[in-house]
Formats: sequence, structure tokens, C-alpha cells
Amino acid sequence: MEDKTVIIKIRQQDDPDSASYWQSFQVPCRHHENVISCLQEIQRNPVTLDGQAVIPVTWDCNCLEEVCGSCTMLINGRVRQACTALVEHLEHPVVLEPMSKFPVIRDLQVDRTRMFENLKKVHAWIDIDGTHDIGEGPVMSDSIRAQRYALSECMSCGCCLEACPQFTRDNTFLGAATFSQVRLFNLHPTGALAKEERLEAVMGEGGITDCGNAQVCVEVCPKNIPLTESIAEIGRQTSLKMIRDLFQK
Amino acid sequence: MPQRRVRAIIIGGGLAGLSAAMKLCERQAEVQIVSFQFLKRSHSVCAQGGINAAIDAKNEGDSPENHFFDTIKGGDFLAHQPLVRDMCFQAPAIIHLLDRIGVPFNRTGEGRLEFRRFGGTLYSRTAFAGATTGQQLVYALDEQVRRHEQNGQVTRFEWHEFLGLVIDPQGICRGAVIQDLRNNKIFTLKGDAVVLATGGPGQVYARSTNSTVNTGAAATQAYLQGARYANGEFIQIHPTAIPGQDKLRLMSESARGEGGRIWVPRTPGDKREPRDIPENERNYFLEEKYPLYGNLVPRDVASREIHDIVFNRNLGVGGEPMVFLDLTHKSREFLEDRLGGIIDIYRKFTGQDPKEVPMRIFPAVHYSMGGLWTDYKDDGHGLIDHGSPRNQATSIPGLYAAGEVDYQYHGANRLGANSLLSCIYTGLMMSRAVINFSKNLGERFEDISSTVFDDAERYWTTRMDSLRRMDGKENPYQLHQDMGSLMLANVLIVRDNKALEKAYYGIQEIEERFKDIKCVDTTHWSNPTPSFINQLYCMIQLSKIITRGALMRDECRGAHFKPDFDLKQPSDFDPYEYLDYLEQKHQGEDVPEYAYPAGHLDYMKRFEENNRKWLKTTIANYQDGEPRISYEEVDTSVVVPRPRKYD
Repeated sequence: MEDKTVIIKIRQQDDPDSASYWQSFQVPCRHHENVISCLQEIQRNPVTLDGQAVIPVTWDCNCLEEVCGSCTMLINGRVRQACTALVEHLEHPVVLEPMSKFPVIRDLQVDRTRMFENLKKVHAWIDIDGTHDIGEGPVMSDSIRAQRYALSECMSCGCCLEACPQFTRDNTFLGAATFSQVRLFNLHPTGALAKEERLEAVMGEGGITDCGNAQVCVEVCPKNIPLTESIAEIGRQTSLKMIRDLFQK
Repeated sequence: MPQRRVRAIIIGGGLAGLSAAMKLCERQAEVQIVSFQFLKRSHSVCAQGGINAAIDAKNEGDSPENHFFDTIKGGDFLAHQPLVRDMCFQAPAIIHLLDRIGVPFNRTGEGRLEFRRFGGTLYSRTAFAGATTGQQLVYALDEQVRRHEQNGQVTRFEWHEFLGLVIDPQGICRGAVIQDLRNNKIFTLKGDAVVLATGGPGQVYARSTNSTVNTGAAATQAYLQGARYANGEFIQIHPTAIPGQDKLRLMSESARGEGGRIWVPRTPGDKREPRDIPENERNYFLEEKYPLYGNLVPRDVASREIHDIVFNRNLGVGGEPMVFLDLTHKSREFLEDRLGGIIDIYRKFTGQDPKEVPMRIFPAVHYSMGGLWTDYKDDGHGLIDHGSPRNQATSIPGLYAAGEVDYQYHGANRLGANSLLSCIYTGLMMSRAVINFSKNLGERFEDISSTVFDDAERYWTTRMDSLRRMDGKENPYQLHQDMGSLMLANVLIVRDNKALEKAYYGIQEIEERFKDIKCVDTTHWSNPTPSFINQLYCMIQLSKIITRGALMRDECRGAHFKPDFDLKQPSDFDPYEYLDYLEQKHQGEDVPEYAYPAGHLDYMKRFEENNRKWLKTTIANYQDGEPRISYEEVDTSVVVPRPRKYD
């Protein structure tokens, strides 16, 4: 693995309003090296393939071990985390692009604020009386815990939304990640007390009925979250609520 | 008239910052929270194994008092005891709170909290959510902060960076200067108190288990503005991480807590596949040397033993600096359920499945026991007076610190699963201090002349602009690598004064080269480079604190190991002999040599003398460009410091 190099072709953009352009770089590639290491190499030696000194590429990252959700980008056309994209397993040249469903900030950085705003819309938290010592939490079976844990690994990386044909820049579709959070909080004994409110939030425009059932979300999720199960389950919960509401009026 | 709300500015959105924000909101404060990124992405998400609380769910006879003693002993008696004791007594309530806000902790058959073993204790004291406990805690606390945000009590300044403190002519901190990382605008936030919850400084080393944001720059900036920095030389090297080029990814201590075994082949350079090496040709060196604690000795001990087996005894796997961490004797289902998160990480970064083959691991820089000096007030009974405004206060009035950025809870070595606890404990505990301090302020920030804020803003605008204009020859990112490599080579597990001196000169050279930096990005939109250059400046200052502290401390204590000053504990020594010796001395009796096995009395005298000299907190003050080091007494009012032993 000595002295190997790799060509990285990157779609760059100076700011949200300007046009994008491509630049290519040749960087050394060692065993087990990931895409982030290549980008760091460009920072240390920002010279393009044709020898031009340029400004280094910008990107977002933090943990480098796929738990923070920062470094999502399109790598050879596929949305994924750059930290777990090992260069020796990728087709060359390696093509990097920013996510397309979120506004570009600069180069590979995008603005995913919408995902966090959606969490507010669906009441993605548990209401407690206070943080003071009022004893143990609710008793819960380990199998429910295991279901919740799988959903709670969602790191808001946005892969599922990037892949979803229904989720676009100009609509209000909430998307798989958000629906799955509704399921997560409705599964908690205390969280379930606000179940109706959460379901109402996903029954309006951009809600669960807008899902086109393309099922690509679950394929791209780096955490293997059962997103399509979540969508089905929230669909079921909203249907039941509709029937309940009908008879209660 | 409605009551004026206290306004607190929190820098950092990991566990400490989020806990402080949640508790301050509950106490009706107005909170502004600043972070490089979405709070949900903070470094605390990297914590894996769990969080300690002596709930004694398995009827082993555990208690907060035991938790306290294990923590103090694990830290080689360098931590202030009332604080640690208070934290351990609060721990069960903290776990129950986290459970109530929805953390998916693993559970027992009865549906209650499950606990597992961790290092430095013989009890099952660690609550956990798979092997991504830190991530789960961050999410639950972030959700609570979002709930308060919805009520209008919290303003998030995500994608903003802390640059410096606003300090008025009386020396009181009145706010913070921050920069918008998108449009690069610089402005001030005004408040009654500022809380730094900015985590650790792993980036001072070229490779560590830390995230890229962990530069320690915010704490160092506070130090440059007059705050005291304490115990900087105590850097934890975690025994088990995956070797790598950009990062050394952590393999949680929980792998050993769940039965993982460390071993090397008995034959140097053995090239066989691990599964082909029979039991009797394997050296389970931790289990052999420490029969009582085995693979769960504290981290400083385990890292030193791995270092020894690899470099002094040349028994690294295949002749490389690596040892096996073996889980293959456990069932796949068990591993997937309890350790799935870390098994995935190992698989994704090495292509091998730890359920099938032993992992290859090596120690890595992980955590800083040291940090900003902070105060406390005990209640006279071995616990903390929670109403005191002194708790978690730095030496700058109005500036508080919580989490890894403070120094008080782990002494010379942190026990696993105590960091999540100390982060959340300090975040919650300090809220009353912040409120009481703010309510007792004579002048409030509204009364302070606007020139104080304008000057601070102007200083930073000029400073960042001058960094942006630097047009020398050094690439700042390369210079950072060079500095970090220097620290890795000289200020790590085994330390000696020659190498430390060399490192200090090396850092001064880096500081010279810093003046010749070229700012490789001079744009005005989402430009990370000037900010990185500023962080690099801080990292250089911080590496001086660490290195000088290490150079001056001529002893072995916890993670700080200088073989030249090893007290050479006799192998058959029992720590209770030392308590007996002290008791006899206390009663004014002559202690005769023959009362103890040969050599023990001498050792105890050496130990006593060493503690008299070095059982002290290291304090660094910034003066004329260098750290000035002094020492301060440690509060040992609850248990008597004694020699550590784990076999």
C-alpha cells in the first residue's frame, strides 16, 4: 500500500448563491484511509491535479466514527458518511458532492436545519415534571427498550431524506427520520402521554400520507434503522386515530 | 413588575452544557447556548460504555461510599474528596432522571435498569444503552433543551464559535465574543454568567480518540485571559483503541466489562492466525499479573502494561504495536445486544468482525483529567453546599466551567464511565451557583458601559482579520500535525525529563514557525482557516501547560508515569500496612523496622515523603507568554491517601 495515490474529484461552490464548479486533487492513499483523511490531506497541501494552488475544500465532520452524523455527502453518487467511506473500497476517481436536498453553504457543507425544526414540529421529547429526584423511571420490558434503542440511534445525518424521492427542497415533507422519531417517543410509557399531539403533527400537509413508499430510506440508513417499519407503524397509529376521532366527534 | 430573569451564556453543547442548560431553564433563567455545530453532534456522543451509579441493583453490597472510594483511589488520591463524594451520592438520582427523560438503558427481566462491570471497581455499577451510551444521553438531553427552546427560554447559537471572554475593568466576566461560522461576523453576547462546557483537548495530540472540535481552545483562551488551569499534565491514555491514521477510534472498556480478554502470543512475532494459537501459548498478561481485577484494572495501569508488553518485552501481535482484545468466546446475540455499536465501528474501519476474530488494539490519548481550575464549598460533612456561588466557579468571577473542561473529579486518572457522570453532575449542580452568583451581582451587565463590549468585539475583529492576512510559508494544518506528533512522541504513557525538555523546546520552535503561517483561505464566507489558526495558537499554549506540568512533577501518580521516580512498591505490600503505620505514628509510637516485612517500612516512608511533596494540584497561570506553575493542597478530609494496588 506504499506510495499509492487517489484522484478525488469534488463539486465545489463558494457560497449559497453562486454556481458550482469541479476541482480534482491527487492525494496519497494509505491502508484503511477514509475520505475525510483525503480532505485533510488537501487542507495540508491545497494544490489541484493540474498543479494550481487553490483554497482548501470545506466540509463538515466531527467524530470520524459515524456517531455524530456530520459528514454526510454524496460519494460516487451515493449518500453516506465520509468517515466510514474507506478509499480502497471505492471506485476511482472518487467523486464527492454535497447533499442535493439541503441548501449548500459552501463546497461540501449543507444546511440541515430543517431536520431539527421537524423535531420541534412532532414534539420529539418526553415531558417531565422536573429534573429533581422523584424516583425511578417507568418499568419497561427489555424488548421494548431494544426497539426504542434501534430508533434512537438516528443521528440526524439526513441520508434517508437525500435518497427519498418525496423529500424536496421546496416541499414540507417530514420524511422517514422524523416519522421514526414519532414512533420512538410514542413507544415510551411517559412519552405516549403526548401521543395524540405527535400523531396530529404527522397527519397534516407533508405528513405520513405523502410517503410514496419508495423504500429507499431504509437502504441508505447507515445505522440500519427499520425506517419502513416506522412508517408503517405510524401509518397504522394515524389510521386508528382517525377512526377514534370520527367516533368521538 | 415581573422578576428579572438571570441570563446565562453556555459555551458547548455536550453533556455538561446540555445539563446546565436544562437545569438553568428549570430555574427560570434565560439561556443562550453556543456550539460549533448542531448540539446533537457534540463529542459526548463518542462515549460508549456507560455511566456509573452505585444503585446496587445486583445486591453485591455496592454503595455510593464504595463508588467514592474507588474513584478517589482510581485517581491516585489527587481529587478533592468532598466533591467526588457528593457526585457519587447524587449519581443514583441522575441515572433515574436520565431514565425518565427516555434514555434507552438496557433492562433486566423485571424491566428495571441493567448494570455491567467496568474498570477500577469490583461492582456492577455501570448503567448503559448498548455501546452508544454517550450518544443516547446527548440525544435525551438535547430533546429536553429543545422542549425549553419551544417555550422560548433557550436561544441556540449553533454554527457559532466562542472566541474570548468579555471582562470588565473590575475583572468580572460579563459575556462572550462569538463568531458566526457561516457569515464570519463577530459579535458579543451579554450575560450574568458564562459557562464553559467545551470538553477536552485531544487535538493537542496528532491522533487521539477525540473529535475534531476537541482543541481545548476555549479553555486555553480563558487561561490566556487570566483563568487558572489545573493538573494539565494528567492526560488519560485509554488502553484500547483501533490504530488509525486520522483518528484512533475507541474500543470501549465495556468490551472488557462484558468479558473481553486482552492477550498476546507467548512467542514474539508469532504470525499464526489468533484462532490457531492454543490457550497455553497465549499470554493473558493482565489476568496473570492482576488476578483480582484482571482485564478491568484502571486505565493507567492497563495502558502501561500494554506499553510494557509491546516495547519492553517485544510481544506485540506480529511484532507490531498491537495486542488482542478478544470477545470471540461470547455468543453473537449477546455481543450484538450489549456491544453492537462498537462492534460496528470496528467492522466498518478494519473490515473484520470482532465476533469472529480478536480485535487488534493499542492505547490512545483519550481524556484530560486536568482543565480549568474551579472552586467549591463543602458542607463540613464531606459533601457539597449546593447553594454556594463558588461551586464550579473559575478564578474569573462570572466564569464557570463544567464537564471535561474542569479538573476536579478524576484526580490523576479517571475511572471508566465516570466522565458521563461528572459531566452531567457538574452541569446540574452548578445551576444554583450560577443563579445565586447572578442574583448577588451589584452591577449587572445592563449597567456596564457599552465600550467594554465594543472593545472586546473590536479586539477580536482585528485579531481574526490579522490571522486571515497571515501570508508566510507554513501551512497551519501541517503545523498542527507537527505539534501533535511532537506531543505523541514525548508526552505520553512513559515520561522522562530529557524527552519532556526536548518537547518543550520543540513547542517553542512550533510557536516561532506559527509566526510564519500562511492563511490558506482568505475568503469571508464559511471560512474555517482563520478560526483554525486561532485554535492552533491556543493548542500551542495548552501543550506548554501540559508539558511543563509533566516536566516539573517528579513522581509517578495515576496517568503521569516517570519511571525515574518510581517508588518501587514491594510486590507483597498490603495498603493496610500503611494505614497501620500511620496509626502507630499518630499515637506517637516508634515504628520498628521489624514490625513489617523487609523493605516495607522504607517504602512507606518514601511514599509518605512523596505525598508530602507531590500530593498537590498543579496550577498554571499565564505570565509573559509562558505557564507559571505553582501547587495547591488537595482536600483529603474523608479518606486517607494510601498506596494503590489492584492485584
